[in-house]
Amino acid sequence: MGFAYTYSGKPVILSEKGFMAYAVNYFLKKKLALAGMVIMLAFSFSAVFAPVLTPYEPDTQFFDGLTLEGSPLPPNAKFRLGTDLLGRDLLTRLLYGARTSLVIGIVANGIALLIGAVFGIVAGYVRGAVGAFIMRFTDLMMAFPALLLAIALAAIFQPSLWIVALVIACVNWVQVARVIYSQTLALADSEYIEAVRSIGASWPRILFVHILPHLWPTLLVFGTLGIATTVLLEATLSFLGVGVRPPTPSWGGIIYESQSYFLDAPWLVFFPGMAIMVLSLSFNLVGDALRDALDPMRRGRNG
Amino acid sequence: MTAILLRRLMQSFLILLGVTLITFCLSFMMPADPVRMIAGKSATPETVASIRKELGLDKPLAIQYIRYVTRLAHLDLGRSYKQKTQVSELIKSRLPATLLLMAGAIFFEIIIGIPAGILAATRRGKVWDNVIMTISFAGVSMPQFVLGLLLLYVFAYLLGWFPLGGYGTWQHLFLPALTLGISGGGWYSRMVRSSMVDVLCRDYIRTARAKGLSEFKTVMVHALRNAILPIIAMIGLDVGIFMAGAVVVESVFGWPGIGQMAWQAIQMVDIPVIMGVTLVAAIGIIVGNLLADLIMPFADPKMRVE
Repeated sequence: MGFAYTYSGKPVILSEKGFMAYAVNYFLKKKLALAGMVIMLAFSFSAVFAPVLTPYEPDTQFFDGLTLEGSPLPPNAKFRLGTDLLGRDLLTRLLYGARTSLVIGIVANGIALLIGAVFGIVAGYVRGAVGAFIMRFTDLMMAFPALLLAIALAAIFQPSLWIVALVIACVNWVQVARVIYSQTLALADSEYIEAVRSIGASWPRILFVHILPHLWPTLLVFGTLGIATTVLLEATLSFLGVGVRPPTPSWGGIIYESQSYFLDAPWLVFFPGMAIMVLSLSFNLVGDALRDALDPMRRGRNG
Repeated sequence: MTAILLRRLMQSFLILLGVTLITFCLSFMMPADPVRMIAGKSATPETVASIRKELGLDKPLAIQYIRYVTRLAHLDLGRSYKQKTQVSELIKSRLPATLLLMAGAIFFEIIIGIPAGILAATRRGKVWDNVIMTISFAGVSMPQFVLGLLLLYVFAYLLGWFPLGGYGTWQHLFLPALTLGISGGGWYSRMVRSSMVDVLCRDYIRTARAKGLSEFKTVMVHALRNAILPIIAMIGLDVGIFMAGAVVVESVFGWPGIGQMAWQAIQMVDIPVIMGVTLVAAIGIIVGNLLADLIMPFADPKMRVE
């Protein structure tokens, strides 16, 4: 018999089988989520094994990669997805581009989770002036146009891979902090915490042993859904020319480079565009199913 | 009600003050020196110094900030470094295009999102529900620039139904508004579905069905009235978000709105414009939220009592 606080902050009694068993079981029943999982794994696989999957290098400019007039080649037998404006193999650049998207997605979202969780827990558990300050600060961040802020930050710090990840984290932690705050607040006020406190447990013990475990489901959901948002934001920054610097292949960057030429070479927009959408979609599907699986209150409504 | 409103106004004012502080700090982190950018490369040190003095950039930061806020209070957003015009004039000239795009986008979000959400909720767990929810997820997972470029390619280039970008007639508006409408409509449909599913489980709906009301009337009249409430808050949020201009869509379609201006200003390090746009956007977000709060009691009689 277990006991957990759910995504929406309501306490729930869990079945005998235990929390994770139930979640996994439910998850498998959802075919869409499974499809999302397969796509996620496929993209991770192609990012890791990119050098094995393609015979070309991402930076090689092929002499036979352009027509005699110097325009890019449409998909053909040698270049499966065609070539870009510099005669580079698009498929190869997409495979290597998956690294950029995934690394930034995971790192940026990881940092955002960490900042959001720390701020949320401090504000919800410590409260007082510090807590009030943190929450007013998140109010402020909510009023700030996120994309403009990200563009401005990216323009200030000449972006490398890690800077882009940091910029995205700076914008994305706010939502996490707000949800974690309200859950921590509810948990810290609950009777079992009062009981634990009355028998003299130290505050680190209360925090790490009695509160944190109840926040994991939320963090897990944010960990997945957040990557979908992050992948989109990275692509958008690259598309606006303030993302990862060339020649590092990035899906948004490929579209940025070929934008002026896309009426004649639509594959240069279509394939990277689909890659971004499918990767983001897969994280959305998995995250959504996780939220349902970990929140029994939602289960009846979505099943 | 008035007390709550006053408190909300006070909060909004403080948040706005915070926003000015952040934009002010950001402007000092910009990599380029604004004085150098105005003076040009060949300027003598004396010219540079005199421009610096003229702009008040030689004073301590705290003084500069106070002067900045005082000018803001007089609705003076400063002068663009590049175009030598008042930032407020620049924003005013871009505002109609941004508002038009906003109206178009919200229109599409509503006519796409609400019917899709109702359809999915009334067929919960069936094929239609899954199909619609997957499409809506695909819509929100699609980067706006990809969607925009693909719509341009198919409907403007291949079919020739719409112009390839620009501003002027309703044909120019259609594709950018549709692009924003599809990505926003995805969120709307998910929101409508989940609140509709909630409402359809309530007792009064069972009563409506029991007294023999047609399913259509039950859903469209009785359930929809309650299920639509969260959408009002969402439209309020959207008003704010679109005030910053749809940077991406405006740049894809060459739409002369605030977003495009902000984007150009950031590339040229035109600091007063960047600060001005950010401020206007933040005001938009705050006002959008306030509006939603104000409209809610009219849409939801329960709130009028409280």
